[in-house]
Amino acid sequence: MIVQALAFYAFSAVAIASAVMVISSRNPVHSVFYLILAFFNAAGLFVLLGAEFLAMILVVVYVGAVAVLFLFVVMMLDVNFVELRQGFLQYLPIGATVGAILLVELVFIFSAWAFGGGTLAAPAPDPTEIANTHALGNLLYTRYVFAFQAAGLVLLVAMIGAIVLTLRQRVGVRRQKIARQVSRARAEAVEVVKVPTGQGV
Amino acid sequence: MAEFWTGYALPTVITVAQILAIVVPLLLAVAYYTYAERKVLAWAQLRKGPNVVGPFGLLQPIADAVKLLMKETVIPSGANRIVFVAAPMLTFVLALIAWAVIPFDVGLVLADINVGILYLFAISSLGVYGVIMAGWASNSKYAFLGALRSAAQMVSYEVSIGFVIVCVLLLAGSLNLTQIVVAQDRGWGFLGWNWLPLLPMFVVFLVSMLAETNRAPFDLPEGESELVAGFFVEYSSMSFALFFLGEYANMLLMSGMTAVLFLGGWLPPVDVAPFTWIPGPVWFALKIALVAFLFLWVRATFPRYRYDQLMRLGWKVFLPLSLFWLVLTAGVLVAMGWLPE
Amino acid sequence: MDGLLREYFPILVFIGIAVALAAVIVAASLVLARQRPDSEKLSPYECGFEPFADARSKFDVRFYLVAILFIIFDLEVAFLFPWAVSLGQIGLFGFWSMMVFLLVLTVGFIYEWKKGALEWE
Repeated sequence: MIVQALAFYAFSAVAIASAVMVISSRNPVHSVFYLILAFFNAAGLFVLLGAEFLAMILVVVYVGAVAVLFLFVVMMLDVNFVELRQGFLQYLPIGATVGAILLVELVFIFSAWAFGGGTLAAPAPDPTEIANTHALGNLLYTRYVFAFQAAGLVLLVAMIGAIVLTLRQRVGVRRQKIARQVSRARAEAVEVVKVPTGQGV
Repeated sequence: MAEFWTGYALPTVITVAQILAIVVPLLLAVAYYTYAERKVLAWAQLRKGPNVVGPFGLLQPIADAVKLLMKETVIPSGANRIVFVAAPMLTFVLALIAWAVIPFDVGLVLADINVGILYLFAISSLGVYGVIMAGWASNSKYAFLGALRSAAQMVSYEVSIGFVIVCVLLLAGSLNLTQIVVAQDRGWGFLGWNWLPLLPMFVVFLVSMLAETNRAPFDLPEGESELVAGFFVEYSSMSFALFFLGEYANMLLMSGMTAVLFLGGWLPPVDVAPFTWIPGPVWFALKIALVAFLFLWVRATFPRYRYDQLMRLGWKVFLPLSLFWLVLTAGVLVAMGWLPE
Repeated sequence: MDGLLREYFPILVFIGIAVALAAVIVAASLVLARQRPDSEKLSPYECGFEPFADARSKFDVRFYLVAILFIIFDLEVAFLFPWAVSLGQIGLFGFWSMMVFLLVLTVGFIYEWKKGALEWE
């Protein structure tokens, strides 16, 4: 048990420290790397909780996909980050409000959990009996089908939004048309001509 | 105190010994895989290949390693030093730690976690970092372009790899790699392995695996005729060697994944006497060697793809095809009641 | 040590050993090989030209689009993993639930195909 506790404190301490570094480090690229470190420690915390599937998906989706996009943006876009940081403090009220709302919500959840007894929608099953992934799969697609379909719609909106915002059609581009290439017959391309000697074509 | 020794110290020592038992043969295999590549390419082109250092040139990889070790490490003046050095280390580390969950036989696996296949998927999705970091930190135009191309290529093919893995999971009903192999023991020998029921997905996986490891015919990120060496153009000495080792270890890893997912892992191809005498790890190694040879054979045979063709193949052919096959597999399994419990 | 930590402990040790090995390999060549940098040697390789301008520049927005589409499809795959392993338990309803989900995303896929977002020139 003591190793478990030590691991918990190590993971959470590094996670919080790197989260602080994300917003305080000067170089935005370093910020992204600290963010990745925070993600990894959060994954470690998930493993300690027995939520292996969530830990791996956190790494796959956030580190493997979302942070790659962040890196693309901060590494390769010519954004003047010093200028961006000028108004750092003017966003404080909005940020503080969002943070406070989140905190209140968390308090509500935990108080409902602590005082309400068995009001949890679906208590987490014992990880020694059923694997985390199976437990999720048994609930997600049947009991929480509407939330699941809503997630699908959100992804659809994200897909359409990304295309609407970023797609630029270039004019005058010559594309490869494979069907036309393949269907081209010899008769269209080559003509065999009998050339009489000394006269040319 | 006694509890500390038996409860913590001893398991740690055993774990370290097990890890070394994986890493040392793996690094040797990587070294001789580079030798095998040069020999196979040479035979394909009617040359002799390395034949000077040692008998049949067998000491060539060691000579190469010593040569690289004695070279100067050049860190370009415009580079971000920390990220520049960290990038090859990251590639190398990722290529090694993925082997922690690969089962070599029943119970012969370092970490038998429930979500083994997801672990492999996560590690391979991190591979793109080594490339982006190297390309950005070098602050060189070729490296930058190579990194961009490579990143877009790797993420494009990862999607189809994901769908293919889900197809295998449908047949196995578990994320644990050992159980994925055991589920392929259908009693028909090699005809019962996953490659036959999922034949189109097997082909998609083999091709995506070439793209994921940036190997020919998808080696555009390092296309030497246009980008010199792509994202690692500025690297020299052992940091270059780490990229090199990482790339070949990744190829072996992908071969291992193919063996586990489609070729029945450690299972013998025919379930009768002379074949069942050979231990499982030997079969596993043979299957890895077979797929690893395929990498070299493909490199010797096919010309390089063009970038638009590469993206077209990933997004417009493999993605719809694997999605369709996934739905088909699930539909057939549900309709026939063949789902694993 | 108990529970999941026991299963994941070897992976932690493995990461430690791999990082140490990589560091030793890089450090060994720094120590063994003679380091003699000069300004020509340290300039970025540009096929013999003098390097001009910073290499980190703006590039085609298409790469971002690919990254965003990748995130979306990656999430789709993430939803498929638990479904694939527990399809035997959730029955026909679970099967059709996922089919509807995939259908919605296929609509998006067809949209991006028709819009030419998957074209590369």
